[in-house]
Amino acid sequence: MKKLHFVMAMFAVASLILAACGGGGGGGLKVGMVTDLGGIDDKSFNATAYAGIQKAIDELGIEGKYLESTQQSDYAKNIQQYLDEDTDLSVTVGFLLGVDTATAAKANPETKFAIVDYSYPDCFGDAVEGQSCGSATEMANVLGLTFQIDQAGFLAGYAAAGSTKTGKVATWGGINIPPVAAFMIGYEKGVDYYNEQNGTEVEVLGWSNEANEGSFIGNFESLDDGRSTTESLVQEGADIVMPVAGPAGLGGAAYCAESGACMVIGVDTDWTVSAPEYADVVLTSILKNMNVAVFDAIKSVQDGTFKGGVYVGTLANNGVGLAEVKGASDELKAGLDAVRQGIIDGSIVTK
Amino acid sequence: MSNTTALETKEKKRSALRSELLVPALAVLSGLILGAIVILVSGENPLLAYGALFKGSFGNPLDLIGGLQTYFSTGETRALLRAIYPFTESLVTATPYIFAGLSVALGFRCGLFNIGAEGQFFIGALCSAFVGYSIQGLPMIVHLPLAILAGALGGALWGMVPGYLKARFGAHEVVNTIMMNWIAFRLSDWLLNGPMKSSGFRPVTPNVLATAELPRIFPDPLRFNLGFFIALLAAYAVYWFLFKTTLGFEIRSVGANPDAARYAGMSVIRNFVLVMALAGGLAGMAGTAQVLGVDHWVGQGFSAGYGFDAIALALLGKSHPFGVVLSALLFGFLRSGATNMQSMARIPIDIISIIQGMVIIFIAAPDIIRWLYRMREVKKEETVLTRGWGS
Repeated sequence: MKKLHFVMAMFAVASLILAACGGGGGGGLKVGMVTDLGGIDDKSFNATAYAGIQKAIDELGIEGKYLESTQQSDYAKNIQQYLDEDTDLSVTVGFLLGVDTATAAKANPETKFAIVDYSYPDCFGDAVEGQSCGSATEMANVLGLTFQIDQAGFLAGYAAAGSTKTGKVATWGGINIPPVAAFMIGYEKGVDYYNEQNGTEVEVLGWSNEANEGSFIGNFESLDDGRSTTESLVQEGADIVMPVAGPAGLGGAAYCAESGACMVIGVDTDWTVSAPEYADVVLTSILKNMNVAVFDAIKSVQDGTFKGGVYVGTLANNGVGLAEVKGASDELKAGLDAVRQGIIDGSIVTK
Repeated sequence: MSNTTALETKEKKRSALRSELLVPALAVLSGLILGAIVILVSGENPLLAYGALFKGSFGNPLDLIGGLQTYFSTGETRALLRAIYPFTESLVTATPYIFAGLSVALGFRCGLFNIGAEGQFFIGALCSAFVGYSIQGLPMIVHLPLAILAGALGGALWGMVPGYLKARFGAHEVVNTIMMNWIAFRLSDWLLNGPMKSSGFRPVTPNVLATAELPRIFPDPLRFNLGFFIALLAAYAVYWFLFKTTLGFEIRSVGANPDAARYAGMSVIRNFVLVMALAGGLAGMAGTAQVLGVDHWVGQGFSAGYGFDAIALALLGKSHPFGVVLSALLFGFLRSGATNMQSMARIPIDIISIIQGMVIIFIAAPDIIRWLYRMREVKKEETVLTRGWGS
């Protein structure tokens, strides 16, 4: 028992000592990121946004870190943690943090915020500020980082239509919300444009712009749901599938890798890099360069040029893009270049 | 002569109680030490990590003194509120743990293993949210209790189904509560994307009305609310019910030996259904406290696994309501302080799960602790936690 008391006493003393010290840290701009429920290593959304902070740590010498949210009540708590630490720029990721970010930004007008994939004002109709939406006005200390993903989706659709052998291409989504549907809208438009230009009749399964409806699995986590949805679309004749569902999309890639019956189009990041085990069945990937947007936001804070409002990532500013298309003919490559140019100069409308 | 015997029994009792408390305490300590080793191996400083953890869960004592000084000299409360914020956040985190832990503990007392607390938590939260946002024009004194009741009833119903299936058909409650979890998760997916979705594109419920919110004790951003006190009351109520009422005695008898209880004329079937309903109601209340006190809306990822952690809590608390409260406080402080640890010391929050896991292993196998700390074995009756298949 004596030994035990000694151990406990040591422990108590140790915890007192370390409670007294701690804290501190180097100089430089303080940047903190709050993830959504996907966690920091989701190989998609949060990981890409953090890559921007990582780059800023390496190149700009800032002090950067992240906090993971494991449930919705963590959002406000994690933001508060950064406020208590007098963080210069808080980066919040995803629309689920939209309300908490705005609430914190309003209460702390001297602190700067950037929110990925969201922007203000977001109050429409009968939404109540601070409850069902974040802010009815633009805020000078908040930058919304949004992406015109339909531009990249359009290119992906064009590439899919130019690569299909069965004449049917497919897509499905996690939840039917605007940031997800934007991929699919552009995708179908791209396929239509290819048909128009080449006199083909490639069909799109899993989404219809006319009906504004499509196949959705209802979540972003279930690889099983992603797998079975991909399987049924392939059985309907599609040989190229674009899953817009974060990690759940990997279930589709797994099915294609095992059956050999289809190829997938990755979203958010280059899947040949983020999911190399499926590299053989990745036709191409739609790139949502959140890392570029986050890095630029950090740089603007450091330069003192930060301005609240909305950043829109486009093909023109490299905010969105399309990775290399596997096995593309020279004709398809030339076509893609022409389309890219057309989208940038505005002669092709993607939404 | 008789005097010495009485003294001896008293002494025996005391040493039994001491061992009862000592094993969990040592399990926690060992868990922390092993956690420190893991942190050390991953190349970080465990002292720094635990310092940040401590500050994150209790707050910095120096800040508190400073805050009090500012308050008394200028009347300015901002610094003081900032100083007590970590402590209150820990209590906020502990609140759903208390309810969910009580739920599982109550089941254990009757020999039932309620793995369904997570599903009951979701159903409770959804029911409370629905009553909270859909009924308008009621005064708080009516609306708030109604919303709480809805959550408790929803959870009770969700718990009662496996209880009834066990009592009537002998279907094992472990399987059925797990099934009910999945039904609850998918049901909430559907509700949040459909009937209960708020205006706008986010798959979340509308906010509950102010009349259904559990009142907060301090101004924003402090989220400490009445829910914590209700949880303490619930713990006392469960204690009173289990140990001071005939029904509670029956339940414990069924848990200890169902055959003997049946022979003594107790209805095993009624007790199974009753206990599962009560357990479900308590887990539902965990969701209720979270939605009415903290979040005010329900979205996907509403829970961070409170229902599953609750199993560990009940084990750690030896299925005693007061033990559950203590372990819920421990989990609450660990979980809440982890935010600061993650931020200040760059330790992933997963380390908390490792510590929790270690603690549970030590609780489940107390001989490890006895051997580790050279404790003498104290003979006593073991509480039956759950019985195996088909019994």
